[in-house]
Amino acid sequence: MKKRILTLALTLAMAAALFIGGGQSVWAADGSAGDAELTVGIASDLDSSLDPHVSSSLAGTREVLFNIYEGLTKPDTQGDLVPAVAESYTVNETADEYTFTLREGVRFHNGQQVTVGDVVYSLTRAAGLETGEPLMATLAGVASVEATDDRTVVVTLSAPDAEFLAYTTAAIIPEGSDPADGIVGTGPFKYVSRSPQENIVMERFDDYWGEKAKCAKVTFKVVEDGQTMVMSLRSGAIDLAAHLEASQVAELADLTVLEGSMNLVQALYLNNAQPPFDDIRVRQALCYAIDKHMVIDLAADGHGAALGSSMYPAFGKYFDEELTDWYEPDVEKAIELLAEAGYTAANPLEFTINVVEAYTPHVNAAQAVVELLRQTGVVEAEIVQMENAAWYSDVYQGRDFQATLHGMDASTLTASALLARFVSDNAKNFIGFDSADYDAAYAAALATTDDAEQVGHFLDCQHILTEQAANVYLQDLADFVVMQPNVSGYQFYPLYVMDLAGVYKTA
Amino acid sequence: MLVTLLLISLLAFLAFQIVPGDPTTKLLGSDYTPERAAALRHEMGLDRNVFVRYWDWLTGFVTGDMGASYSYGMSVEAVMDGKGVVTAALSVMAWLLVIAISIPLGIALARWQGRRIDRAFVAMNQVFMAIPPFFLGILFTYIFGLVLKLFVPGGFVGPGESLWGFLGYLIFPALAIAIPKAAMVTKLLRSSILDQMDEDYVRTAYSRGNSRWGVLRGHVLRNAILPVVTFVAMTLADIVAGSIIVEQVFALPGLGRLLLASIGNRDYPVVQCIVVIIAFVVVFMNYLADVVTQTIDPRVRLG
Repeated sequence: MKKRILTLALTLAMAAALFIGGGQSVWAADGSAGDAELTVGIASDLDSSLDPHVSSSLAGTREVLFNIYEGLTKPDTQGDLVPAVAESYTVNETADEYTFTLREGVRFHNGQQVTVGDVVYSLTRAAGLETGEPLMATLAGVASVEATDDRTVVVTLSAPDAEFLAYTTAAIIPEGSDPADGIVGTGPFKYVSRSPQENIVMERFDDYWGEKAKCAKVTFKVVEDGQTMVMSLRSGAIDLAAHLEASQVAELADLTVLEGSMNLVQALYLNNAQPPFDDIRVRQALCYAIDKHMVIDLAADGHGAALGSSMYPAFGKYFDEELTDWYEPDVEKAIELLAEAGYTAANPLEFTINVVEAYTPHVNAAQAVVELLRQTGVVEAEIVQMENAAWYSDVYQGRDFQATLHGMDASTLTASALLARFVSDNAKNFIGFDSADYDAAYAAALATTDDAEQVGHFLDCQHILTEQAANVYLQDLADFVVMQPNVSGYQFYPLYVMDLAGVYKTA
Repeated sequence: MLVTLLLISLLAFLAFQIVPGDPTTKLLGSDYTPERAAALRHEMGLDRNVFVRYWDWLTGFVTGDMGASYSYGMSVEAVMDGKGVVTAALSVMAWLLVIAISIPLGIALARWQGRRIDRAFVAMNQVFMAIPPFFLGILFTYIFGLVLKLFVPGGFVGPGESLWGFLGYLIFPALAIAIPKAAMVTKLLRSSILDQMDEDYVRTAYSRGNSRWGVLRGHVLRNAILPVVTFVAMTLADIVAGSIIVEQVFALPGLGRLLLASIGNRDYPVVQCIVVIIAFVVVFMNYLADVVTQTIDPRVRLG
């Protein structure tokens, strides 16, 4: 009797082993190239609305939507604009009239052909021509959008803008549609579903006009906890995750690790409109006291590109390396400047640094900054961690802060995307920077259509920011992408996007 | 019971009036201007009196309309779709584990009082009681997930895809929640039994020739279990709350993660709904504990 039970148990165990083994081989067949399904970990859920024309959306939403929507043009991995829905374009001499010729055979995810009507509708909607309130601030300069024949669209601007082409990456959606009712674009992937705080699913669009996506299905999985993200990568539950930190990557040595840059300007942003930082000597003292290379070493294990102004290296011609070490680290000089401003060891400079608690790289950098400042003996900085929503309302919008350690990214590949905010009357000028020279240089840059001249003016702007010590510039954070060994094809962009069309899996 | 729920929902509603930030700041993001925020607030009806809004929400809730989420542009029901199941399954599983572990263990330890095994367990109990579930979660992920490969960390499967896969994935999170609670219940049951053992009726029972086990089973347990029942019932409420953190560790798409995210987004309709659900569980379990206590001990009368 006992023997019989044992035999039965063994048989069952073998059957179970066969069953499990069988399951695995089926998975391997599924995982072959072409039909592969990719699971991508993202650290936070997307915005409420997946409306591509709502420019307030988070960088995390934009990088996902990059796969679904396309504009007349789109950026490539070099940061150059390449035609997408449009096939070609011409600009008139005064740079206030842009003419686009549509590509033939571009289809929406619902199967319809893209017509000039769709383009006119999309740009009119995004520029708010009918409501008077532009959905995308970058398109505020559009005066009219007209179709001259069934393949040509002419965009007229109210003032010349040589940078306008970069804004034509605005998504093209079907005429009369509202993204709230359904997400339809022309990109290499089509939207399938989303579940809040859980996932976003998209599938390859087989009628895509260009090179088709390599994976059949991509699931973005929301994994908010950094440690859980590491575990999920180690266990294989996630195929790819971007924007990891050096400390996380250290635990993932046996996976494929790519290092790029986050494309943002991390700095200790100072409230120039209020004491103590309304005094240029105090701001400069901080620039001398904070050795940015040390901050990068301490907070990011030495990964990251040092910055000296509101511009990062991916911008190429706009980036001036000379500014990076404009302020040579010099504690004596810092103490001297602070003494002039009335701060001594007996009467130290005290201030608070607001940081969003969820952004670990910024919190780490803030801790390094506090430590470096403490070594001067005359500065006592205190970190105040806060929720994202509170940061937005109090610091960014309310401008009620002394200093904040944060990162500013560029939504389009234009110098304006990084520099407009420091014009004295700009609504986004949360640091209250106020320089007549800066305003003049920025206005001159926008007014000219000559590229070299424009670059010169934008460089002037950056010089002013550095000389005035508007902020203590730190770095462009390193961006680590970690993939399972069987995943390849990931490419970095000079913008905050995640292009998954080229990513593929080998069995 | 109804009054308690009403009060809790009102307090939760009022709490959001005090914390800084409102939904418009998150929705507008970097496009924020005071004018746009004001317009949006008006559009969302946030500029009305807080009690008017509460009344609106309450009448909607009672008629089954839970409103629309601010941050997802869909109804609260749609946002919560499938997430309640995860939290409920996790909580119930953890709760059953608490009972399955602690009741036999508590009785056994009381029986073996003073023996080496009892002393060893009592010492270990202190440790288990003190371990926070999230730490156990991380530990389990390493040991059972990455080293022993008993489950795939982060590889959650929905109940729709595979019921067994779903329940299987929940075992370790449930254990992580259950162990500290089970340690508490074990300790409570053991000391409750030992307290009863000193009573006069126990001596009488012994004098009638009962064995220690006979006394325990026949007389003591019924009395000793009373405080434990109340406690066990209340742990379910605790477990539901505790699952919020464990869901993060195991990447479970449950109500807890949604609640945290919604608080961050100032998404009141979603928060309000989840708070009421949790409050209901607490109040209901409390009530249930009273009923069970009364069944076990007829001396207790429901007021």
